[in-house]
Amino acid sequence: MTDRFAAAPIVRPVTDPWPRRARLVEHSILPGFKLSLGITLIYLSLIVLLPLTALAVRPWEIGVEGILRTLTDPRVAAALKVSFGISLAAALVNAPLGLMLAWTLTRYRFPGRRIMEALVDLPFALPTAVAGIALTAIYAPNGPLGALFAKIGIKTAYSPVGIFIALVFIGLPFVVRSIQPVLEDLDKDVEEAAQTLGANDFQRVLHVVIPAIGPAILSGVSLAFARAVGEYGSVIFIAGNLPLKTEIAPLLIVIKLEEYDYAGAATIGLAMLAISFGALVVMNIAQIFLARRGRA
Amino acid sequence: MAANTDDTLALEIRGISKQFGRFPALKDVSLQARDKEFLALLGPSGSGKTTLLRVLAGLEQPDTGEVRFGGEDFLALPVRQRKVGMVFQHYALFRHMTVAQNIAFGLTVRKRSEKPSRAEIKDRVAHLLELVQLEGLEQRFPSQLSGGQRQRVALARALAIEPKMLLLDEPFGALDAQVRRELRRWLRDLHERTGVTTVFVTHDQEEALDLADRVAILKDGQLIQLGQPNEVYEQPATPFVFDFLGQACRMPGLVEGGRLRIADWESEAPKDAPQGAVEVFFRPDEVAFAPADGAGLAAEVTGVAQRGPDVRIDCRIEGQVMELEAHGPTLPPGVAPGLSVRIKPLRPMVYPVA
Repeated sequence: MTDRFAAAPIVRPVTDPWPRRARLVEHSILPGFKLSLGITLIYLSLIVLLPLTALAVRPWEIGVEGILRTLTDPRVAAALKVSFGISLAAALVNAPLGLMLAWTLTRYRFPGRRIMEALVDLPFALPTAVAGIALTAIYAPNGPLGALFAKIGIKTAYSPVGIFIALVFIGLPFVVRSIQPVLEDLDKDVEEAAQTLGANDFQRVLHVVIPAIGPAILSGVSLAFARAVGEYGSVIFIAGNLPLKTEIAPLLIVIKLEEYDYAGAATIGLAMLAISFGALVVMNIAQIFLARRGRA
Repeated sequence: MAANTDDTLALEIRGISKQFGRFPALKDVSLQARDKEFLALLGPSGSGKTTLLRVLAGLEQPDTGEVRFGGEDFLALPVRQRKVGMVFQHYALFRHMTVAQNIAFGLTVRKRSEKPSRAEIKDRVAHLLELVQLEGLEQRFPSQLSGGQRQRVALARALAIEPKMLLLDEPFGALDAQVRRELRRWLRDLHERTGVTTVFVTHDQEEALDLADRVAILKDGQLIQLGQPNEVYEQPATPFVFDFLGQACRMPGLVEGGRLRIADWESEAPKDAPQGAVEVFFRPDEVAFAPADGAGLAAEVTGVAQRGPDVRIDCRIEGQVMELEAHGPTLPPGVAPGLSVRIKPLRPMVYPVA
């Protein structure tokens, strides 16, 4: 195995007619750059940029004042808080648990491992409404687990706890699948080196394994978070949807649409877009920072 | 070279066997290393040399056998308590840590009661960097270093824990020939200075013969021969060792009544030669050339090629084409293709026919 992280030398012709800074685009030996870029731009515009533009334009129909009124509406503010707050909590909880699952699946060989492997993907594959019904059946006050929790005074379904459970459920595969390949690729001899140097198991994982898979954990968490923010199907069944308490932002958008308040719905949408985008930027910066430490 | 080793036994390996599934990686291997000795484990791939090294490190448990170091039962100790410094072929550096952090790792993970102070660690790192000649690179990351530099960091990291024994697993295997040669000399030098008992795994016979105080030659999980470099080179125990340590010419022969006969040439048999049909081995550069009416094996020169100070002479002997080697001064004048000569192996080794 050669070191995959050694930077490949960039071969440049000796008589480079252009000083490096003058060029906007590195010359590539691959043909078809303009065509590929063109197709990529058109596709991105149609699929991503155009709908987002519509979303950004729509709210202004009700004017700045209308937007402010919508956003300061306690019900909207509460919904945004529920959506982003619980999504973040679920994604963060999934980080250690997903790591543990990925660890078990990559590090040990045991009967039933392949079945477990498939089970991890189930939240991916399951239609979200089906997941919602299933979770509700179990966690409702008269369901098996719900009754158990009710005994110790925790209300699961129809409370923020229910939303949290649903979001953990749908976020899990994102975390596991992000960490697993990196964990598999981790060179065994690096860990063995740590052992010979006197590190115990805990130190080995803390100082050697976790830093190496840090970027992967972060990317898994941000994927799970992004997915959770937008999750609708599985949550609305278990949430109870009480305004100000367990109403998620996507549901509020649907409600506004049903009331023909398109501009209001778009306003909430725009707010979600802004927050999500901000979160994504922060996580990306953190990831770049983490990754750079290892291969600067 | 053996001068800096004393006679205290440091490492004793007795009857080590290890199987991976059905594949026997080590079969009843026993050997010892003296204190401060530089021991090379030499063998082709699949010979079990790396497995043996990993057993010493504690990264593999043998099925049977015993490993003692300084009288202590080594197999009872987990890896991290053995205090062996291991250097891996692919460096195995922690790539998210700087050079200084890498080297300090073994010290920073110590229990609080045994952990040196921050200043002591810094001093130690600086000292080790000087030892491996990488001063000023402490803040670099491994990815910013060349292969040779990385391996020196790995060595400094292993030395930081003041190991009882240094284990090197093909440490130069991933480096190019030039760097290998430089690091080889340097490693030998470092060993003279630090005096740590060292076990070194390699498949490169030149490296082993050049570096080690003693060489252990392994094949198919078995120890074939153990001895000083000149011993194993000059008195290979088996045809395999002869072949593995350098170029070999082989011919069938017969030993009878103290005489060795190869084709139409007869000479005195080497001491302790087995009786009857034998295989004769000699090095292509350990031959004397004589005129066609002299003593030796009848040969016809089929080609001559000058290679720097050496000359390669292709000869047909008994229908077999052999590439012999002569150095400028030992080459008889007038050797040219088509010439008939006599060839006398100077140090033939004789082995019973397998």
